[in-house]
Amino acid sequence: MSVLQFTDKGIYCAAGDFYIDPWQPVERAVITHAHSDHARWGNRHYLCHHDSVPLLRLRLGADISVQGLPYGETINYNGVTISLHPAGHIIGSAQVRVQQGNETWVVSGDYKVENDGLSGQFEPVPCQVFITESTFGLPIYNWQPQAIIFSEIREWITENQRAGKNSVLLAYSLGKAQRLLYNLKDAGIRFLAHGAIAIPHEVLLAQGYPLPPVQRITPDTPKADLKDSLIIAPPSAAGTPWMRRFNPYALGICSGWMQVRGHMRRRNADAGFALSDHADWSGLLQSVKATGAEKVFTTHGFSSAFARYLTENGIPATEVKTEFGNEDEESTINETGDAANTETPQQDS
Amino acid sequence: MQRFTQLVKILSNSTKTNEKLEALRHYFTTADTLDKPWVLALFSGRRPKRTVNSSQLKQWCIKTANLPEWLFEECYHTVGDLGETIALLLPDSGQQLSTHPLHYWLEQLMRLEKAPEADKQQFILQAWQELDTGERFVFNKLITGGFRIGVSQQMMVNALSLAYDIPPATLSHMISGNWDPRQTTLETLLHADNTNADDSKPYPFYLAYALEDGPTALGQPEDWVAEWKWDGIRGQIIKRNGQLFVWSRGEELITEKFPEYAPLQDALPEGTVIDGEILTYANDFPLPFQSLQTRIGRKNVTRKQLQEAPVAFLSYDLLEWQGQDIRDKPLQERRQLLEQVVEFTNHPALRLSPVITFDSWERLTELRQQSRDQGSEGLMLKRRSAPYQVGRKRGDWWKWKIDPFTIDAVMIYAQKGHGRRADLYTDYTFAVKDGDKLVPFTKAYSGLTDKEINEVDNWVKRHSLEKFGPVRTVQPELVFEIAFEGIAASNRHKSGVALRFPRIHRWRKDKTPEEINTLLDLQQLLQQYKG
Repeated sequence: MSVLQFTDKGIYCAAGDFYIDPWQPVERAVITHAHSDHARWGNRHYLCHHDSVPLLRLRLGADISVQGLPYGETINYNGVTISLHPAGHIIGSAQVRVQQGNETWVVSGDYKVENDGLSGQFEPVPCQVFITESTFGLPIYNWQPQAIIFSEIREWITENQRAGKNSVLLAYSLGKAQRLLYNLKDAGIRFLAHGAIAIPHEVLLAQGYPLPPVQRITPDTPKADLKDSLIIAPPSAAGTPWMRRFNPYALGICSGWMQVRGHMRRRNADAGFALSDHADWSGLLQSVKATGAEKVFTTHGFSSAFARYLTENGIPATEVKTEFGNEDEESTINETGDAANTETPQQDS
Repeated sequence: MQRFTQLVKILSNSTKTNEKLEALRHYFTTADTLDKPWVLALFSGRRPKRTVNSSQLKQWCIKTANLPEWLFEECYHTVGDLGETIALLLPDSGQQLSTHPLHYWLEQLMRLEKAPEADKQQFILQAWQELDTGERFVFNKLITGGFRIGVSQQMMVNALSLAYDIPPATLSHMISGNWDPRQTTLETLLHADNTNADDSKPYPFYLAYALEDGPTALGQPEDWVAEWKWDGIRGQIIKRNGQLFVWSRGEELITEKFPEYAPLQDALPEGTVIDGEILTYANDFPLPFQSLQTRIGRKNVTRKQLQEAPVAFLSYDLLEWQGQDIRDKPLQERRQLLEQVVEFTNHPALRLSPVITFDSWERLTELRQQSRDQGSEGLMLKRRSAPYQVGRKRGDWWKWKIDPFTIDAVMIYAQKGHGRRADLYTDYTFAVKDGDKLVPFTKAYSGLTDKEINEVDNWVKRHSLEKFGPVRTVQPELVFEIAFEGIAASNRHKSGVALRFPRIHRWRKDKTPEEINTLLDLQQLLQQYKG
């Protein structure tokens, strides 16, 4: 029996009797990161990175049974060795290394190669079998270094100020929003945010992350405060009446999908920034090679194309169907818009 | 090139007409004199002929980026635009090395027309290397065609009107017709004398709005002229200084395509411009648009075509008479003069679009039901006292089309769309029943809301059989009502019919694939209306 199996509840280790990011409630779940398509409600016991613990409690309930582990430290379940390694995706995100005898498997979860300053530096973990995400597994997706994107965002804000418009950026509430705040903290602007972003922000500040102060938007937020600020809202706020208070405003979207013009144009945004928390094509290839894996499984996004390309280039790879969406990168047209009115954190996806 | 790239970026990102107008006005006020006529040419249907074809670009990109062909195709179907796919796949030098202006690139591209393939390749690869990703996209679009950034000819007219302070109607006339961006400047083109400098220069067309709620709100029936609405190509015939010119609404000079019109060069009186419809006829009856379509793409017309489906010009307005621009005269006066001109010309290639007599809106509503029997697609209503205006204007001209045909069909294939619909399954093929079999009979691209498109896209992704390639075969489950304007026999389609303007009318979630229409239903429609 192989170390890990793909079952209808999720990725399962029979010898250790635990699941990784299961999509149905199980006894023991090892969680790669706190996004809702990976960390689901209802498991008896959770194991994740230390930094994910407060986020899991925030999203799944304060009373869950959860154990935190630092990167690189091992834990043993029935003779199976588990350890967590930086994935660079969001705060607390981890790859899961599972070793049984002398066979090692690694589940990447979601990852990005570039260090965003907050989420840790992705490290390739040597293994025989690598289960990798492939959200952006086509060669049209190669990101610019984030320094370039952030300077474009700053220019865009300046341009909007000149035109007398407020700047509203849509960014995923957990991950992208903090990445923006951290990397723009010295831009000399005030930050305002939707409740879905302000709430996890409080939790992260309490953990001591070096994030700038954020003012939560309420019906009483003075109009004057909107000026010379950056307003950050979750993608689901787009097109809702909640946005009206920002008039006149320019709308920007931060997402890897913005790499393709068609995606941006149908979202009716004024600007799109291809800033992603997932590995780009080069990042995926480079990471797969660095693990030295003899066998690769690809999950979500362009999984079939990426698997075929790897196979043709001498690394046998197979696409696996999972129920991971891309909570943070999913096109938002599918989301129900009016949820954003409530100004409370939403159950995303 | 950088300035133009910036302009394209603003135009394609902006969702507001005023912002686009301002960006264009600013560009025309400040850009390089030699670039400006090119920008007008590119956005008004005067793009230079392609000198490098798409498959060459694709092959050179595959080689440069070192990719398997199937992967290039996957990328292309996701991006939905060849020029953009190539720009994204080429390795990015990270810097912009070229400072050549837009007109340099366009002129160089035109020079490649007769060049050997190796020279073309060398030039293109060099250009790709010198340009950054954004400029590369624009450069590729210069070669491959339409920018799809929501800039209409009307918007160009309005922007130039602001930049040069000339009323839109005058300006629209000044920039019409034949001119070469290599040999003119905007300043020459927009000079006051330019409206009569060129014998071939057409007038801007007056376009009608659709009448949504019936005619009663239009006032007294006697103030209006009704005609059948013809489904051909809108055109203008010009006779000046002994020469004949035929223009299509797309501002394309198509004189040579229709040899049937050649005798009009002698027959028409001097100084005449007629507005009307280009249509094919058989036995005095207008044929469906599909018949004209077989003529459009062809350079040489066969004797058979000339005999079986000759083209005629169905006149409905007179814009120039005895060398005078008479667009300001009321319609009834122009119509009288038009009737004289057609009678004087006395040639079967020039016909008069008949006026329909009616004394009440009720009577006209009844007559409208006979549109298809007349070979027309509905009615046109024109105010008797109105001048001939420029562009699409509300108020004096209305088109009142008949309700479309509808057929319930099941989706069997789906393909990803282009432009705004890139990476979404939006282009579908539909089938009707023929006994136990399903027979594909049409494709349709539009008609669903964004929300419905997302729903179908999601469904296709979960229910398709293939993983690669552009077309996904899906389980025949989703039923849609397809609307179309006309139907004609076709031996190029399995179903034996070709539809005019097919689109999705609505998603019939209430119907199962067992309840859809049959091939027999289509054949009966064809028998009934085959013209």
